[in-house]
Amino acid sequence: MQRRINIWSNIDWLAVTIYLVLVFLGWINIYAAVYNEEHQSIFDFSQRYGKQLVWVSAALVIAFFVFIIDINFYSYFAYLVYGIMIFLLIAVLIFGREVHGAKSWFELGSFRFQPAEFAKIATALALARYLSTFNVQLNTMKAYVRVAAIILIPALLIFLQNDTGSALVYFVFILVLYREGLSASVLLLGFFIVLLFVLALVLEKLLIILLSISIVFIIFWFLNRKLKNVAIGFGILVVSVAILYGINEYFKLGLTYYYIMLAALGFSAFIYIILSISYKVRNVILLLIFLLGSIVFTFSVDYVFNNFLGEHQQKRINVVLGLESDPFGVEYNVNQSKIAIGSGGFSGKGFLRGTQTKFDFVPEQSTDFIFCTIGEEWGFLGTFFVVGLFIFFLYRLIGIAERQRSSFSRIYGYGVVSVLFFHIVINIGMTIGLVPVIGIPLPFFSYGGSSLWAFTIMLFILLRLDASRLELLK
Amino acid sequence: MDSFANRRHVIRFIIILIGLIFIIRLFLLQVVDNTYKVTASSNVLRYVTQFPARGLIYDREGKLLVYNEAAYDIMVVPQQLQSFDTTEFCQILDISKEYVDENLQRAKEYSYYNSSIFLKQVSSKTYATLQEKLYKYPGFFVQARTLRRYTTESGAHLLGYVGEVNEKIIKNDEYYKLGDYVGISGIEQSYEEYLRGQKGVNVFLVDVHNRIKGTYANGRLDKKAEIGSNIISTVNIELQAYGEKLMKNKIGSIVALEPSTGEILALVSSPTYNPELLVGRIRTKNFATLTNDTLMPLFNRALMAQYPPGSPFKVINMLIGLQEKVVFPHTKYECHGAYYSGNFRMGCHSHKPNINLIESIQMSCNNYLANVFRNILDNKKYSSIRESFDHWRDYVTSFGFGQHLNSDFDNELKGIVPTKETYDRIYGERGWRSLTLISMSIGQGELGTTPLQMANMTAAIANRGYYYTPHIVKEIEGDYELDGRFYEKHYTMIDSNYFEPVIDGMDLAVNEDYSTGSTAWRGKIPGITVCGKTGTAENPHGEDHSIFVAFAPKEDPKIAIAVYIENGGFGGTWATPMAKLMIEKYLNDSIAVPWWEEYVLNADINYNAEKDQHME
Repeated sequence: MQRRINIWSNIDWLAVTIYLVLVFLGWINIYAAVYNEEHQSIFDFSQRYGKQLVWVSAALVIAFFVFIIDINFYSYFAYLVYGIMIFLLIAVLIFGREVHGAKSWFELGSFRFQPAEFAKIATALALARYLSTFNVQLNTMKAYVRVAAIILIPALLIFLQNDTGSALVYFVFILVLYREGLSASVLLLGFFIVLLFVLALVLEKLLIILLSISIVFIIFWFLNRKLKNVAIGFGILVVSVAILYGINEYFKLGLTYYYIMLAALGFSAFIYIILSISYKVRNVILLLIFLLGSIVFTFSVDYVFNNFLGEHQQKRINVVLGLESDPFGVEYNVNQSKIAIGSGGFSGKGFLRGTQTKFDFVPEQSTDFIFCTIGEEWGFLGTFFVVGLFIFFLYRLIGIAERQRSSFSRIYGYGVVSVLFFHIVINIGMTIGLVPVIGIPLPFFSYGGSSLWAFTIMLFILLRLDASRLELLK
Repeated sequence: MDSFANRRHVIRFIIILIGLIFIIRLFLLQVVDNTYKVTASSNVLRYVTQFPARGLIYDREGKLLVYNEAAYDIMVVPQQLQSFDTTEFCQILDISKEYVDENLQRAKEYSYYNSSIFLKQVSSKTYATLQEKLYKYPGFFVQARTLRRYTTESGAHLLGYVGEVNEKIIKNDEYYKLGDYVGISGIEQSYEEYLRGQKGVNVFLVDVHNRIKGTYANGRLDKKAEIGSNIISTVNIELQAYGEKLMKNKIGSIVALEPSTGEILALVSSPTYNPELLVGRIRTKNFATLTNDTLMPLFNRALMAQYPPGSPFKVINMLIGLQEKVVFPHTKYECHGAYYSGNFRMGCHSHKPNINLIESIQMSCNNYLANVFRNILDNKKYSSIRESFDHWRDYVTSFGFGQHLNSDFDNELKGIVPTKETYDRIYGERGWRSLTLISMSIGQGELGTTPLQMANMTAAIANRGYYYTPHIVKEIEGDYELDGRFYEKHYTMIDSNYFEPVIDGMDLAVNEDYSTGSTAWRGKIPGITVCGKTGTAENPHGEDHSIFVAFAPKEDPKIAIAVYIENGGFGGTWATPMAKLMIEKYLNDSIAVPWWEEYVLNADINYNAEKDQHME
């Protein structure tokens, strides 16, 4: 059952206002970032700020068109749109043009277009469509496989374009899945894997194994609530370590502590299994598998890191972890960025008065490092405002998603929230040195038509769905 | 039925948590942390590159040849410029106002925010004066660099020179930035990576008055420069200088090698130039002068000039004949002043008519070698001349001809050893026979060799069958080793026992009495058995080139040498005494009969005439 209502009176004007504020701030900061004396007018169309104004105007027109399209279009054609996007992603691999090492652009005359930006929308739509299908629940293998396919196919294609940053975005859909019933342990496991990856690169392997063992014992205690069992398990391990250590010393085998620890663990694991079966202690085998998994994982991190990541990616990660100093290369960018933001102080140097954030110092000043300009010229007040506004915006969008009556709209809403969230975290995080340098734009701020339009379309589809939410009777 | 609705709180919590982390981080970065807090808007960081001293170069005896001297570049950052007293500024630096305007404009065009060179290589005195007043000129600062200096006027070609990088180098190698220096030829080029060291960087905080306030972040971002490794060359600079002295007023080349190692003892190319000419601000002007010189002093004849090998090549043909068993030490051929075959005649010079193998080398008999050469090519063992020629060619190239020797010089010429395809093209596949190629029997015809290749051939003969790739660097200081190719024995395809009769012939050519027909009697050194072979290469452009190759002492060779004097006529006349003097200088360190020195030094062989001719 549907009823007709006036969509214009149901638009979430608060969200639209925040959108306009963000786009406006982006535009004036691009002006500040590439400002030079010879082209002082902010309307100079030969400059990036002039062009951005064109993109912004076009974005508003696009937003309008998104709004007048019938609400049912988006769910009916979700798969078709997704299919077309996949086709474009393949086509760009063949016919695309390479920019900065990533073959991800179509070029028609002076017009350039990056399908990867729009593929996110298509994926969010397709995911929403699939998950909202009657009787689909995230608890069957079939559902998992299909969901994984919807998310990972575009991610893989974008990865093949050599645009790793944009490919990583797709992993954020795990938040959507979590909201729709994916087990919380998957989210935790994901978090644990990231943590372990970082630790494996930073810490000694021995330390990691000790850490993992401690964690496993703590979990064991949580699950069984029997201090006696924990103590026995710990005792067995200590005794095996002591014995193996003695053997190693006595026979002068020359094993490192790490291997002694590993051997002792293997030995203890054998005893644990026997004891747990004979005394019917639950969860032991599961925990051992978990432990084994993390040991194998730390081993493979080095391998993956050295063999699957490109040199520049390794560098970026090493710089953030403080393992490598490269003042002329990656660290130079991050440092300049931090200097720019740091030098802004509490209240900033004032509009157009930044000295660090002219594009000679910080590269990609108007695109990926636009946040530096905000930091330098508007200070902590400015960055606080922008970060706060983004967080409030996301909070609001979650509210919008949650008030939807159709699960399609809700799931799509979470898709929007997740993608925006990922972009914001990675982009701002990299400028303040918390995240490796991954070149993805700051939504609504960064210079560039493709990304602005894509985010605009993405947002306004949600606002369009929201405006009609009351048409659907519960 | 939305059973997971509560999860919205978890997601909101994650978002807010990360938002808080960011805000705390920003608060620390922007408000708490003083490292980043710079008060005035014009406070900036300055990245000052630390240029390491370039490695020094020594000769084989440990004598310093090339060292460094400090020089200072005045740098400018246009964005930091403020109006300043141009008159005083120009006075300190001894430049014109136009120079200032022009170069500031250029700097602005290059980059508004990055530093570029305003004035190159000012002296330490000017630097001292400027340093005191630098506070008056915001935007300018001084960058220390080093300039090359030489203790010797010799060896310019082998030492090479250093110059500013061009755009192509900058594009291909991230290490180099505009205004950096790079080795352009000789050792400076080939061992650039070792000599240059590693640039460092200091990051300074600079205040409004252009004064350095201190290091940034306690020097955490600084990188120390690593000085370049020193290099010990194989050259004996005294011998090199002596060679250059002897070559004065002559055009040509002398290459001396140590046969047991392949080390280059001297590499003379004449005319040469003083290496100091290509240093510092005078470089550009001098470079143009040297480039325009008609005698081409920048051209390294030892590696890049291609001449016919001439009569020394007879030795190679003789060795091939012995190895192929088509001639034996007792084989005799009668020579009546020429080689005849049907209507064909190739002249010889006068010597006694009936000679054996050793004598044929001693007297450089064309007729004898023509016979040997035809025996090789018309050998019944092979089905056709195309096959036998291939074998002959393999022998020749095994001495290093017709290919890059792969020394540590970058600009070696390959030389020419023709292939059977060459002749197929000219005469058709069946259109040529041994007589067609006969001029190669005496080292004329289609052959082309460089003096370095000839010296290498001589070393291979001295070693009785093998050579080491010639090289100019003996040792790199630090934990570096020379390339393995310099320790590798290259065997020629001739067995060592076949060398003796030929070497005996070379011995007689030098040490037998003039009256017996010895061609190289001017090469005799009392007390040392020099073995040598003269040569006279036909030159279509004028007087023949005078050639001599030799090694000594006969039984334990310490030096192998090749001398080419352009337009020097008969090899025995000029090239032989010069080689003799070089050998004597190297082995005895003194000249027994100084008259020979005068004889050579006073000679002007087509040098000034050539120069004048071009001037007209």
